[in-house]
Amino acid sequence: MNIYLDLFLTFAKIGTFTFGGGYAMLPMFQKELCERHDWATKEEILDYYAVAQCTPGVIAVNTATFVGAKQKGALGAACATIGVVFPAVIIITIIALVLKNFADIPAVQHAFNGIRVAVAVLILNAVIRLWKSNVKTVWARLIFAASLLLLLFVRLSPVYPILGAAAIGIVCELRGKKI
Amino acid sequence: MIYWQLFYEFFKIGLFAVGGGLATIPFLQELAEKYPWFDTAMLSNMIAVGESTPGPIGVNMATYAGVMAAGIPGGMIATFGLILPSYLSILLIARALEKFRENRWVNAAFMGVRPAVTGLIAVAGVSMLRVSLLNETAFAASGAWESLFLWREWILFAVLFAVMWKWKKLHPIVIIAAAAVVGIVFGL
Repeated sequence: MNIYLDLFLTFAKIGTFTFGGGYAMLPMFQKELCERHDWATKEEILDYYAVAQCTPGVIAVNTATFVGAKQKGALGAACATIGVVFPAVIIITIIALVLKNFADIPAVQHAFNGIRVAVAVLILNAVIRLWKSNVKTVWARLIFAASLLLLLFVRLSPVYPILGAAAIGIVCELRGKKI
Repeated sequence: MIYWQLFYEFFKIGLFAVGGGLATIPFLQELAEKYPWFDTAMLSNMIAVGESTPGPIGVNMATYAGVMAAGIPGGMIATFGLILPSYLSILLIARALEKFRENRWVNAAFMGVRPAVTGLIAVAGVSMLRVSLLNETAFAASGAWESLFLWREWILFAVLFAVMWKWKKLHPIVIIAAAAVVGIVFGL
C-alpha cells in the first residue's frame, strides 16, 4: 500500500477505537505502530509522549505528527495527523448536529461504562509491560515512583517530573551510572 | 468574520494548552463567556460527549465547539486551528530529535524520562480505574462501603485482565468492543 495512505488509514483506525484521550491511546499505538507496522519502537513512543507532554497541543495528535514525520517528513506527518483526528471530526459533527442528547442515551452510557473498564485494563497492561522493559534499575524505580506520587497527590503539571527525570538521566550519565 | 475568529481562538488554545485534551477546558470556559457560540451549560455536555466518543478529547471539544458556533465548516476550522500549532512545533522538534538521536546527552536524558512517562501513564491508569470501578459519589452520599464498589465492573475488569494476560497478541479493539457489548447487555 502507498505509505501516505497507510499512515492516514492506520491513524484513522487508532482514532476510531480509542476512548479517553492521549494516554488511553498508548496500547493502540503500541499495537499498530510497533507490532503491525515497524514505524516506532516502544521506547520511541515513550519519548514522543514525553515531548508531547511538554509541548502544546493534544498528546495523540503530537504523537501522530512525530511518527508521520519520521516516516515521510512534513507530508507524512500531515497524513498521520489528519488521520488521527478525522474519525473524531466526523463523529462529533454528527453528534453536535443531530444527536445533541447523545451522552444521555442509556445504551451509550452502558457501552461507555463497559469501555472505561476495558481502557483501564489496557492501560494497566501497557504499564506492566513498560515497567518490565524500562524500569529496571534503582534510579529508574525512584523516578517512576516520584512521578507517580507527584501526579497522584500533588496534582503537579506533568512537565516538571519529565524535566526533572531528564536532568537525573544526564547526571547519571555524567557519573557513569546506568538507568 | 466568525471563521477567522474560530481559527484564531482555537489556534491560541492549541498553542497554549500544554498537557493534553483536558487542559483545553479552562480555555473553552473563557470562550463561552466571550462569545455567543455556546454557554457554560452546553460546555458540560460537550465534555461528556468528548469523553464518551472515540478520539482525542481536545479534538472532540474543538470540533463540537466549532459546529455549535458555525456549523460544519466551523467544526473543521476550529479543529484545524487547534492542531496546527502542535503540527508545526512537533515537525521542528522531530527534525532536531532525528539529528541528536545519537547524542550521548540527549540519549541519557531520554533514558531518565522513560520511567517518568511510565509513571504518568500509571497515573492515567489509576484515574481510569477509579472512575470505572468505584462509585465515589454514591459513597459520599450514603457512607455505605457496599455502595462504593461497582461489583459487576470488577468482574468485567478481572475477566478482561485475564484474557489480556492469556492472549497477549489480542488487538485492543477486540477488548474495547467486547466491553461495550457487555456494558449494553448487562446494563452497566
